[in-house]
Amino acid sequence: MPVRQPLKNHYQEKRLFLARVVILMVMVTLLFGIVSARLGHLQVASYSHFSTLSQNNRVRLEALPPPRGLIFDRNGVVLAENRPAYQLEVTPEQVTDMDATLEQLARIVHLEEARIERFRRMLKGKRPFQAVPLKLNLTDEELANFAVNRHRFPGVDVEARVARHYPQGASLAHVLGYVGRIDERELARIDTQRYAGTTHIGKLGIERFYESQLHGHVGFQKVEVNAQGRTLRVLEREPATPGRDLVLSLDVRLQRAAEEILDGYAGAIVAMDPRNGEVLAMVSMPSFDPNLFVHGISRSVFQELRTHRRQPLFNRALSGQYPPGSTLKPVVGLAGLEHGVTTAERTMYSPGYYTLPNDTRRYRDWRYHGTVNLDRAIAQSSDVYFYDLGHKLGIDRMSSFLGRFGLGERTGIDSTGERQGLLPSREWKRATYNQPWYPGETLITAIGQGYMLTTPLQLTSLTSTLAMRGERVRPHLLRGHIQGDGGELALDESEPLAPVQVSRPEYWDQVREPMEHVLHRARGTAHSSAGQDAAYRIAGKTGTSQVFGLGEEEEYDEDELAMHLHDHALFIGYAPADDPRIAVAVIVEHGGSGGRVAAPMARKVMDYYLLEMES
Amino acid sequence: MFHTAAAEVSPGRQILRALHLDLPLLGGISLLLALGFVVLYSASGENLDMLQRQGVRVALAFGVLMLLAQIPHHHLRQWSPWVYLMGVLLLVLVMFFGEMGKGAQRWLDLGLIRFQPSEFMKLAVPMMVAWYFADRPLPPRLRELVVAGVVVAVPAGLIAQQPDLGTALLVSGAGLLVIFLAGIRWRVLLGLGALAVAAAPLLWHFMQDYQRRRVLTLLNPESDPLGAGYHIIQSKIAIGSGGVYGKGWLNGTQSQLEFLPERSTDFIFAVYAEEFGLLGVLVLLALYLFVIFRGLIIAVRAQDTYARLLAGSLSVTFFIYVFVNTGMVIGLLPVVGVPLPLFSYGGTSLVTLMAAFGILMSIHSHRRLLAR
Repeated sequence: MPVRQPLKNHYQEKRLFLARVVILMVMVTLLFGIVSARLGHLQVASYSHFSTLSQNNRVRLEALPPPRGLIFDRNGVVLAENRPAYQLEVTPEQVTDMDATLEQLARIVHLEEARIERFRRMLKGKRPFQAVPLKLNLTDEELANFAVNRHRFPGVDVEARVARHYPQGASLAHVLGYVGRIDERELARIDTQRYAGTTHIGKLGIERFYESQLHGHVGFQKVEVNAQGRTLRVLEREPATPGRDLVLSLDVRLQRAAEEILDGYAGAIVAMDPRNGEVLAMVSMPSFDPNLFVHGISRSVFQELRTHRRQPLFNRALSGQYPPGSTLKPVVGLAGLEHGVTTAERTMYSPGYYTLPNDTRRYRDWRYHGTVNLDRAIAQSSDVYFYDLGHKLGIDRMSSFLGRFGLGERTGIDSTGERQGLLPSREWKRATYNQPWYPGETLITAIGQGYMLTTPLQLTSLTSTLAMRGERVRPHLLRGHIQGDGGELALDESEPLAPVQVSRPEYWDQVREPMEHVLHRARGTAHSSAGQDAAYRIAGKTGTSQVFGLGEEEEYDEDELAMHLHDHALFIGYAPADDPRIAVAVIVEHGGSGGRVAAPMARKVMDYYLLEMES
Repeated sequence: MFHTAAAEVSPGRQILRALHLDLPLLGGISLLLALGFVVLYSASGENLDMLQRQGVRVALAFGVLMLLAQIPHHHLRQWSPWVYLMGVLLLVLVMFFGEMGKGAQRWLDLGLIRFQPSEFMKLAVPMMVAWYFADRPLPPRLRELVVAGVVVAVPAGLIAQQPDLGTALLVSGAGLLVIFLAGIRWRVLLGLGALAVAAAPLLWHFMQDYQRRRVLTLLNPESDPLGAGYHIIQSKIAIGSGGVYGKGWLNGTQSQLEFLPERSTDFIFAVYAEEFGLLGVLVLLALYLFVIFRGLIIAVRAQDTYARLLAGSLSVTFFIYVFVNTGMVIGLLPVVGVPLPLFSYGGTSLVTLMAAFGILMSIHSHRRLLAR
């Protein structure tokens, strides 16, 4: 024991100690008070705040994307469906040796090096219990191979996803369009909440136009997750509402027939029911397989399609703009009758060319006609008669009358990519070229050449108007949709358009009868090629539109010209002539003569529709 | 009946007295430990294996408690300097031969057991300071304060550089508490306090990066929600969403779904608060308060300076444990690795704590029954 110098005062020390202990007791109580106050703040005052945070922590909202609506033709044939696409997925946490697994898998299914590399990259970004796709779109053979060997690959699974499929392939590519992965532009446009979980969107055609109906309504499920994000259970579920099943007015049989008829050419055939505007067939050739686009087309295939000489991606039926040529003549004739510049009886002599007063330039006809009236001028396609008629009508009256048939504006069909063609007028030329309208331009406009451009659909619509004596309906592809569980068809109403009215109804007959003569009179331009043996009466008009300008004195010699300089062959027509049920427009690019090439095609389409299908 | 009651002690009490145990303290500790098991069962995800391991530790710790309770405290007093010197020596050894664990060098592998000398210092430092003051007249003079300060600072510094800020804090706290209880004069205390405030920037300068980050995270946990702030944010969500009545045992989503990190060790308080709510938490704090106060009463009733100082220091150190841990979990204090005493999974601090309670019981039960 150390020697004590100052004395300890035990009593005083004890009192001092007691005082210090009391101070500590007070402090301890005080600090516990602070802790309690803080807990009260967290658990009482901020309870709802933290309760929400805790709820958000554990509950995750997952989107249930709706199945896309199906598309049928008018007879219920499936045009677009959702098919299971099988893909190989790997769950990393269940795989013991990834390298060995991949190596053995490669012996069973075809695995590209690039694909494996991508898979490895994706692997890094995922949690170990999340499946990573290894190969998309397994073939049936690969599927079977894997199924047999499945036991050898723990952690590797075949996952079925739904993918859009177009069983008709290239036949309807231009009509239906296709779906593809949502891109950045679309992402900015769409309501991302409605598209939660959806990967594909309509890109073109019906798929694009009716996107909002086909898509359906997204569903949701609330799932409980843990801190790693693993789903533990479903708490609440609101199923998705599938998209509408659409029924088109198209008839796949007619579509396929028309396609075969046009095979080998570039061109378009559009057929519709003139009574209600239902499009029965809409063919644009050549075409492409829309299924290529669903899973993401490879760059090289796309490049090949894009640069192909005949432009298979181009929808000629709606986007192709062609000079209508002589197919315009019945309408110009009607304009002449209506404005009193000609009559059915009036005749004139055609020397094979036409000259304007005070002008030496000769406007050539395609042949010598002699004396012609309106009937012969349409049936035998006299240019001179229509030069004269055009001259007397003038561009203003002609342009405005043609406009009433919908030329120069979109028909408003329910699809994408439709173009408006071009209806020239004095104002248009002033606005576009800042030039006056020249009288000579009126003449060539009257025979459907010059600036004039029409789409095949516009010509079909124009033909329908002739067939229906002025009544007009907006052409449309959608016939209705399937309603409820019963699968009943709810029809859409056709939309009537402002009719073309003429002061005397017989004017219609005075241009419609010559159109019958095109096919059924000996010298009609389509008589020998299409009309002479028809089982029903057809009204039509041939057209040959120049691609290549000939000089005044030059002769057109088909054999000497390169194919791409050949004229476009056109034909418009409806049948049966006295009770029209189908109106058709045919355009064959560089087909040559409308009478020889286009008219027989239209006849075959009509035959198929009126004789084979309806029987 | 009335007259015999005082003389006739019940057999249970007799056993406790023979074993040198203090019933209130033992009751408080046992309740806390039992509650700890209940919460650990939930926090561990109903892991019976963990529960069993903790059970073994508790049994071991109880053994240490019993052992120390049997040792009369005047023996402890005589051993104090040697215990202290050995502790410092071991800390130096750790510095050179220690094993790394979780980024800090704390462990000494003695073949059979792995030993953490810093833990040992939680007892050795207050023992040494109490020994130093025991025979000196109190309140201490300045020279003695300096000596006592060095006695505290040397091991605290050695521990802080491991780095183990939490233990350094508790070790120096235990030592400083003895100095406070010894009756350090207020003006000296205030002067030292002012000095500490002035030295704070210097301390900041010497802090490790991770320690600075923890302080910054405390001030603004949202600044790093997935990194250092994640613990505090998730812990606050757990506690706050518990509300007044709690989500119920085994039903705390924050802990059961593993959003709460370190849920069976340092953050077990948040699990408890989530599942048992404010009411449960207040009951727990009351239990802790009871144990602390019982310890302080034992200190007041102790018969010599050494016992008084040591008992007082150990009791309040126990409080510091509770306060630092809960303060961290509720976002009042920075994240320092201090477990919740008698609750958190793990054995090291449990043994030290129970040893301290053993010393308290020894102090209480080895009083010489003198006539007042």
